[in-house]
Amino acid sequence: MARTLHFSIFRHNPYDPQSVPRMQSYTLDETPRATLFTTLNRIREEQDPSLQFDFVCRAAICGSCAMLVNGRPLLACKTRTEELPETITMHPLPFFRLVGDLSVDTGSWFGEMEQRVESWVHQQHSFDPNGLEERMSNDKALEIYELERCIECGCCLAACGVALMRPDFLGAAGMLRVARYLADPRDHRSEAQVLEVLAPDSAVSGCVGFLACDDFCPKNLPLEEQWAFARRWLLAHGALSDNRPTPQRIG
Amino acid sequence: MTTIVTDVLVIGGGLAGERTAIEAASRGLRCIILSLVPPKRSHSSAAQGGMQAAMGNMAESQGDSPDVHFEDTVKGADWGNEQDVARKFVTLAPIAIRQMSYWGVPWNRVVAGPRTLPDGRVIEEAKEKEGLIAARNFGGTKKWRACYCSDGTGHSLLYAMDNVAVELGIEVHDRVEAVALIHGGERCFGAVVRDLRTGELRSYIAPATVIATGGYGRIYGLSTNAVINEGTGMIIAQDTGVVPLGNMEAVQFHPTGVVPGDILVTEGCRGDGGYLLDKNEHRFMVDYEPAKKELASRDVVSRRMVYHMRQGYGIDTPYGPHLWLDIRHLGKEHIETNLRDVAEICRDFLGVDPVHQLIPVRPTQHYSMGGVRTDSEGRAYGLKGLYAAGEASCWDLHGFNRLGGNSLAETIVMGMVVGETVAKDRAGTDFTFQERCAIDTQKQVEERIRKLLRGGGKEYVFDLRNRVSDILMEKVAVFRNGKDLEKAVEELQEVYERAQNLGLRSNGLGPNPEMASALRMPGMVRVALTIAYGALQRTESRGSHYREDYAHRDDVNWLKRTLATWQPGAKLPTLNYEPVKITELPPGERGYGEAQGQAPQAQAAQKEAIHG
Ligand SMILES: Cc1cc2nc3c(=O)[nH]c(=O)nc-3n(C[C@H](O)[C@H](O)[C@H](O)COP(=O)(O)OP(=O)(O)OC[C@H]3O[C@@H](n4cnc5c(N)ncnc54)[C@H](O)[C@@H]3O)c2cc1C
Ligand code: FES
Repeated sequence: MARTLHFSIFRHNPYDPQSVPRMQSYTLDETPRATLFTTLNRIREEQDPSLQFDFVCRAAICGSCAMLVNGRPLLACKTRTEELPETITMHPLPFFRLVGDLSVDTGSWFGEMEQRVESWVHQQHSFDPNGLEERMSNDKALEIYELERCIECGCCLAACGVALMRPDFLGAAGMLRVARYLADPRDHRSEAQVLEVLAPDSAVSGCVGFLACDDFCPKNLPLEEQWAFARRWLLAHGALSDNRPTPQRIG
Repeated sequence: MTTIVTDVLVIGGGLAGERTAIEAASRGLRCIILSLVPPKRSHSSAAQGGMQAAMGNMAESQGDSPDVHFEDTVKGADWGNEQDVARKFVTLAPIAIRQMSYWGVPWNRVVAGPRTLPDGRVIEEAKEKEGLIAARNFGGTKKWRACYCSDGTGHSLLYAMDNVAVELGIEVHDRVEAVALIHGGERCFGAVVRDLRTGELRSYIAPATVIATGGYGRIYGLSTNAVINEGTGMIIAQDTGVVPLGNMEAVQFHPTGVVPGDILVTEGCRGDGGYLLDKNEHRFMVDYEPAKKELASRDVVSRRMVYHMRQGYGIDTPYGPHLWLDIRHLGKEHIETNLRDVAEICRDFLGVDPVHQLIPVRPTQHYSMGGVRTDSEGRAYGLKGLYAAGEASCWDLHGFNRLGGNSLAETIVMGMVVGETVAKDRAGTDFTFQERCAIDTQKQVEERIRKLLRGGGKEYVFDLRNRVSDILMEKVAVFRNGKDLEKAVEELQEVYERAQNLGLRSNGLGPNPEMASALRMPGMVRVALTIAYGALQRTESRGSHYREDYAHRDDVNWLKRTLATWQPGAKLPTLNYEPVKITELPPGERGYGEAQGQAPQAQAAQKEAIHG
């Protein structure tokens, strides 16, 4: 039997002077194999063409569609209605600036993070178009790839208690970016630069180890492991004192 | 009126746009990139398979070279492409791959030693190649040539590219849409841009404007493309009335997009022995193609699938009919290892377990070969100071069929070329800009917005969009014939009339999505008409353009490219044609073994082409 789904969706258009933040209800019959991508588009086309949300790839690749569904940050395109109860509440991701309704501005935050961590390979020589590529073991290539699978969806920040209290927090996404370059033999950034980025309270020292980032990462990135790696790196470089334990999963 | 001035305005933040900007910036020009979304969310990130370049590092790519790559590309194109472009492309592709490695892409690498292929053959990777960039096999190529990063080639490429743009301090304005080009009939001066956060308009003035806006797949509702690929770059080019779009009727389809969602599942499923079943769970390909069955070429399989569904053998759903892909008999182990990506897509997006259940699939639009026509250095025809790159362009590498893996390589190689052209053209020239043009263009856009805000007409944008999609999918897709194409043109003209009468149901303020769609709609119908009308006029079959009533390639009459402009106020595009440039390889057999031979008169044409 097809279910009837009841949606309660956060609405607000900051560019409409009449708009006040509110929850709006929609009712829809469930279709087979529907995801929140197909469903939200049906609501927009059939009931409310003003409803804002962001999808680009609709295949869990581009990171556009993170939102809170029944309180949990997730990728809407990868969420099937079948997995959800009949009553579904949707909010925009916290932490990021609201564009409208379910749409938030993750792009600006990630752009600034990239400047902050200097998210590019720090090469020592220039490119030689006539030379062969530098050799690398396939295992190394796979290790780097594993660390750059982040799609910048923002779920880790939306789930993070520290980030919600301090907007300058580097977050799991920023920490992972640094780890990606530390793993890359082509990168020659200075230790001082890494220390400056990772050591402060707004970065690794500020993480209290709830690891909600790891729980909610839709790409299952090895965030718990990489926080521990970052702490060990800082310890080894004398930037953390030993009396703070490596974060352990709390609760 | 807010006006922003820069040296180079790049419309599009996918691989093509970012590579163009990087090249121009490293030659000392100030660039601004515009994008509908943060650049790393562009469609380029979704390419998973690989990027073609003749590196020749694998056992199965021994003997590969730019020459072999050239030949594969021209055959793939069914001789509809520019051979000088193809030559330049195959020469630069290996450099592009190595430069991306230098910029941080973790290409998979060669592991020396023996290994067993899925077909049981044992090959030996050479010791001296250990650690060089690896490649995998892709359809339509003689050698293994597709360089890749696990299952995320496009993702890794786009992130590395964006990192370089960040390093160079290239300015990116995201969540904006170029809605009109500013020009004076002979020269392009930039674009009027709508901020999708606020709804405000701005004018960007630049001596060089580059269209790198990707494909138009989404005009065909059912498409493997990202949902933002609505052809807006081609629309604004065509809107000028002087810039032609090339070969818009050349559209590639993929046999297996899942339903709903249209996410592509790889051809590997059929390659490894998957079946296609109809509503009675009958394996129908055996009836149509007794020899090759599911392994017939992409085009043939798509056509048979559509035909079979039209005979009433599809499975009906709220999303329209589909067929089944059955890989259950390949067994759990094979599916979980060799077809892991497919298994994940099925579980995550459909809730289907392909080890025990059937996968709902149908042919889906996949790639746009046509685009803004440029010369072999990326200058658009019709307007000075306008350029194009990537899937939005038609310098014409792909002709009537793109080879898998050639498009990622094209975005990067063409970005290199166009960035250089822009810098070359800029050197030593003065730029005088007619302010009147910017003011007038912005006023015209403002007027369109005002009209919609005032209430406008009665037509609902999503109704029209669905109508366009239905017409194209039904009559301008894998099967084409004169009667249906005529009907499609007629029906699209009706939709075009209705699109002049759009009205909003919501208030249209700020980032309102209905307003953004309504502004795009008339242009989308024009592009749809350009595809349909071009297909109607082209009375032959070439590559992905298959006419039931003209089943052969016709090199006597059709070894030429369609150029479509749209005159102001016209109801149809104006079509002109130019010859295809054949510099090395005269037309011949593609060797794909499909039942699509040449007409006898084509042989005469071949002789001519060799001598002419
Ligand atoms: C599912 C899938 C898999 C694929 N796999 C492969 C593969 O394995 N190998 C391969 O070679 N090719 C593959 N392709 C094709 C390839 O991905 C694309 O051809 C290529 O990425 C296009 O890149 P681009 O830079 O031209 O455009 P895109 O990446 O589409 O970027 C377009 C950019 O333009 C911007 N834009 C658009 N309109 C406007 C506007 N009006 N104003 C401002 N900005 C605008 C967008 O925001 C975006 O930034 C695949 C395609 C699909 C659909
Ligand atoms: S739309 Fe791309 S991740 Fe969901």
